[in-house]
Amino acid sequence: MIEKKEVQHIANLARLRLSEEEEEAMTQHLGQMITYINKLKELDTTGVPPTVHAVEMPNVWREDTPCSGLSSSEVFQNSPAMQDNFFTVPKVVK
Amino acid sequence: MTEFEIIMGLEVHVQLLTSTKMFCSCSTTFGSPPNSQVCSICLGLPGTLPVVNKKAVELALKVAHALNCQVAEVTKFDRKNYFYPDLPKGYQISQFDQPILHSGHIMIPTPKEDKKIRITRAHMEEDAGKMIHQEGTPYSFIDLNRVGTPLLEIVSAPDIESPDEAYSYLKELKAILEYLEISDCNMQEGSLRCDVNLSIRPKGQKTMGTRTEIKNLNSFNFVRLAASYEAERQKQVVLRGGKIEQGTYLWDENEQKTKLMRSKEDAHDYRYFPEPDLGSFLISKDLQEKIHSQLPELPRIRSKRMQEEYKISEKDCAFLIEQKVVADYFEACLKKFSEPQELLNWMKGQVRTYLNEHDLAMVDFPIPPKNFIELLELLQKKTINRNAAKEIFEQMAKTGKRAKEFSQQKQKITDENELRQICQEVIKAVPQIAEDCRTNPKAMNALVGQLMKRSKGRADVDIARRIFGELIGE
Ligand SMILES: [Zn+2]
Repeated sequence: MIEKKEVQHIANLARLRLSEEEEEAMTQHLGQMITYINKLKELDTTGVPPTVHAVEMPNVWREDTPCSGLSSSEVFQNSPAMQDNFFTVPKVVK
Repeated sequence: MTEFEIIMGLEVHVQLLTSTKMFCSCSTTFGSPPNSQVCSICLGLPGTLPVVNKKAVELALKVAHALNCQVAEVTKFDRKNYFYPDLPKGYQISQFDQPILHSGHIMIPTPKEDKKIRITRAHMEEDAGKMIHQEGTPYSFIDLNRVGTPLLEIVSAPDIESPDEAYSYLKELKAILEYLEISDCNMQEGSLRCDVNLSIRPKGQKTMGTRTEIKNLNSFNFVRLAASYEAERQKQVVLRGGKIEQGTYLWDENEQKTKLMRSKEDAHDYRYFPEPDLGSFLISKDLQEKIHSQLPELPRIRSKRMQEEYKISEKDCAFLIEQKVVADYFEACLKKFSEPQELLNWMKGQVRTYLNEHDLAMVDFPIPPKNFIELLELLQKKTINRNAAKEIFEQMAKTGKRAKEFSQQKQKITDENELRQICQEVIKAVPQIAEDCRTNPKAMNALVGQLMKRSKGRADVDIARRIFGELIGE
């Protein structure tokens, strides 16, 4: 189970604005998920090493060789606001 | 009066000296036009996947030996979730419970004796972008060139007991990182930043006090100032019967005080979880050994060796060792030049002054060692005198030319006849001083001064004194 207060906290962390109905619905849905996970947790996993990744593929890395990135027009293609090759956002310091 | 003690732990973020970013192949060159070194991976565009830079892992492993750290057999990456405009993905890829290095220590000098500062852990992560705030606009400007630059965060245990110790720790750490060529440690460019955790407690108390964090200090001096200020602030709160509140502070350079950035209620909830886009890394003994075998001489060991080899003091060695390039330059010169003390005096004098005056780092010093020793040899052989050598030094630095191009005109005048000629001119010009010499030996100095002026500093003083003596005829 999950409290509505926790849902509000999680929504806030995810920068989601939920209406009261949505909060209600989310509390229910998340509650069901947690119940399901709790069911899984009943399984005794003593001695089983934790799985970090579904597929074992250790040491996947690349050499330190530079490649050129995106062109300026591509960089700002999806950006709602820019100026002089900077992304601009509402001021974040007082 | 209650006596308090300070307890500090430092988190040092150091940019690793790679050519490309931690998880993509964008260049890490500093100072490029804004947002010119970004790709779909470091911009956090959907559907892209990070790939780890092997060099970054190797550099982190290189630190292990110098920090006396244990290397994790298995290391992995985790997501640290938070929203901020300089972090396009909405999370930073970092390491949470399986950092690449753990359980190390370094020794730092203190007034009494060397002290051990434990290193709790060191983990790899990616840097954020840069934000520029301008007065008079409603916007913040964002440059994401830095986003994804590989960082190593080195976390000390709370073993540091004063702002001065924090300073020594940072200095020692920086020397190690520079020596190993892990990082250029350029603080102006933000290659090394530091967070300070600080608490105080009445002397003798066993439990720790509530700690505050001072974030993002980009100079060792700020660390010292901010820690002193914060310790005093906490002390005043306690003495007035108040309670220290947990919080994150910033150092305000203009006001010279720490300022609350966020209180405990606003503390971040990072919700770490294993990074699903990256597998884990097994660090083999072979790889560790390969890296270990390529390690250069560490600063403390180098200092001991240099003290013995060149018979120079510990203090002078500290000056040379502080920057690897300085020590390298010194030793490069000594391959062909046999007077360490003379060379040292030049390094501490002329060279240092030149760098300061021109606001240059040693790497940018324009005279290469082989040219520099040519100058010192001219002086050693007494072909030129000290004043002339200093002038030639300036000209060499300015033009990049070799000493012999200037030494011709600066060559000492040792020819008896030529010197006699000039001495006679001097006596003619200032007969009164010459007269004084008969009764007052000190007047000779004034005479020599005149001579140097006339000969543009080139006269051989010893010979000239003799000639003056003869001419005046004591
Ligand atoms: Zn990139």
